[in-house]
Amino acid sequence: MSKIKSFSDLKKKREELKRSTEAGISAVEPGAPVQVKVAMATCGIASGARNVMEFFLEQLERRNVAAVVSQTGCMGYCYAEPTIEVRLPGQEPVVFGFVDLKRADQIIEKYIKTGELVDGIIPVNYETIDLMNKED
Amino acid sequence: MSKYNRHLLVCGGTGCHASESDSIVCNLRDELEAKDLADSVQVIITGCFGFCGKGPIVKVMPDNTFYVEVKPDDAKEIIEEHIIKGRKVTRLLYKDPLSNQPIPDSAAISQFRKQLRIVLRNCGFINPENIDEYIAREGYQALGKVLTEMTPEEVIKEVKDSGQRGRGGAGFSTGLKWELARRNQSDEKYVVCNADEGDPGAFMDRSVLEGDPHSVLEAMAICGFSIGASNGLIYIRAEYPLAIERLKIAINQAREYGLLGSDILGTGFNFDIKLRYGAGAFVCGEETALIHSMEGLRGEPTVKPPFPAEAGYRGKPTNVNNVETFAAIPAIILKGAKWFSSIGTEKSKGTKVFALAGKINNVGLIEVPMGTTLREVIFEIGGGIRNGKKFKGIQTGGPSGGCLSDKHLDTPIDFDNLLAAGSIMGSGAMIVLDEDDCMVSMAKFFLEFTVEESCGKCAPCRIGNKRLHELLGQICEGKGSLEDLDRLRNMSIVIKDTALCGLGQTSPNPVLSMLDNYYDEYVAHVTDKKCPAGQCRSLMEYVINAENCVGCTACARVCPVNAISGERKEVHLINPAICIKCGACMEKCKFDAIFIR
Repeated sequence: MSKIKSFSDLKKKREELKRSTEAGISAVEPGAPVQVKVAMATCGIASGARNVMEFFLEQLERRNVAAVVSQTGCMGYCYAEPTIEVRLPGQEPVVFGFVDLKRADQIIEKYIKTGELVDGIIPVNYETIDLMNKED
Repeated sequence: MSKYNRHLLVCGGTGCHASESDSIVCNLRDELEAKDLADSVQVIITGCFGFCGKGPIVKVMPDNTFYVEVKPDDAKEIIEEHIIKGRKVTRLLYKDPLSNQPIPDSAAISQFRKQLRIVLRNCGFINPENIDEYIAREGYQALGKVLTEMTPEEVIKEVKDSGQRGRGGAGFSTGLKWELARRNQSDEKYVVCNADEGDPGAFMDRSVLEGDPHSVLEAMAICGFSIGASNGLIYIRAEYPLAIERLKIAINQAREYGLLGSDILGTGFNFDIKLRYGAGAFVCGEETALIHSMEGLRGEPTVKPPFPAEAGYRGKPTNVNNVETFAAIPAIILKGAKWFSSIGTEKSKGTKVFALAGKINNVGLIEVPMGTTLREVIFEIGGGIRNGKKFKGIQTGGPSGGCLSDKHLDTPIDFDNLLAAGSIMGSGAMIVLDEDDCMVSMAKFFLEFTVEESCGKCAPCRIGNKRLHELLGQICEGKGSLEDLDRLRNMSIVIKDTALCGLGQTSPNPVLSMLDNYYDEYVAHVTDKKCPAGQCRSLMEYVINAENCVGCTACARVCPVNAISGERKEVHLINPAICIKCGACMEKCKFDAIFIR
């Protein structure tokens, strides 16, 4: 990693990263890999998130699904841990709760491979701010 | 691709579950089967939508229709009208609470969601161990803006104008605190992040540090620029190993990018951050005690003044803010004071993160605008009380806070309202209690914590809390009197008025608020020697109902102290003098012949 030398360099870097990192992408192009984010805060890990993440890493590769699996922080749904978010190319992300290995398997076979939903979806129940938009 | 072209999402959250979402699912599936649509329309059970007050909820995808208060009998109409004929069922649509107009597309109802995430904006979105993801979501832009386009005075004015008040508990104006630290001249100043989250039931600081560590680092650098400090310290408890690990990674990545260190973004501003570990003492969340602990001294508070802004860490001007306070700063800088102050109540601006715990369905971390009512938090977002029990109270602010009853449910949550109601905002822990919780035992439980955590420096806290705890213990055992209730109150007031630091000054809050809100229950303990919630063991009596007892001897055989006597096939009797109230007999009895009196 090289140093960022000025504010304009930082802005440039931000624009580059918006196109290249998972978090920056707001609307994924069709054909891009599937994104799986696993909530890995202490509480998530305590309820089995690490096993779930390993399962996705291993099984998605074994089942030939082009995917990026990454960790993230607390999603706030303590009652439904472990929780994951799956984003299929060109679609809104979907959060699944109570993800044990059995449900993880279902999510891969049904949702990721065919787009068919499975039980355990947690609807988005909050608004979040957009730091770029000064209006809202 | 999926064979289904439509999805019906039915809320299976516990709140909606209680109101028959199961039968709705069955009826929808039956109806689809009957109309030969089961292969193209899928019914899915989801988690909570956060609209429990309007449940049960059915959402139709992909056309984004949001039906509320759906009854099992409505299934037929939804299938026939909406799915087959393509006409939305207007009477079931969510209505705009202001204009009462039905809203056909649920994308437009997002503004009626109760939660707004400012502090938690990145938690659960970015990989906390990858600075690039933070930068892609506007990370370090606020720092860049501050360093290149603003003077320290302008930054402080912006923070002051935003109306943000410290999220650690006391609610002091953040901008004013920064201004005081700036005003005091010194060759060296310090920015300290208080991550000594100690309230039982509070975990928002840990979640922010584990999910979005850079937001805190960025804000500390902004604070450093504003007050004229080049050193930052994060005081974090060693009990948070994952948060520490992620902070270390974040600090290293920020240094590698030159966002911490010397000459940040070529502006000549230097700022670096180090970690200091706490051993998990509650009192070290108090800023003077925290500073002493960082200096290697005993974690004991000292009298203010001098305030840390005058003489803090190593005697230098020091600004201490809480994790959550810092995490909101980049948003305030980027979106402006006007935007932030437009959210919340008159004197409490912005949002607050709460850790919802206890007897509530949706245990979780939530963020709501100040001014949201307790009812909305408990029954809309929290999904109501677990197992269909009755709401009894909510302890806000941890052991330093108070317990509020159903008469406070419609109180808009902000610093001043909670204080007026006899509680505090505190760090934002919310513990929900139901009808099975005994308010004397709860007060005793919280006192136990403060007695344990008192540093012992001042007498009111060291001795007073111990005595309070003893009195509560006696009341639980049925040895209390009405005079004891007055004694509890008087002693509480003395402790509140005379203790040295925030810990002692707030420790009687649970007792005082529970005496105020549940006085009858306290009286029942001391005059009737009864515990209405059935929690205080000493006040319970196990009794055999002669009508139901068949004399099977099962209870007598399981009793560990031989307190039950009686011949075979004759009514048995429990000797209360021997009974230890373990409840084993009641569990064993197949004839419901044993009850608690």
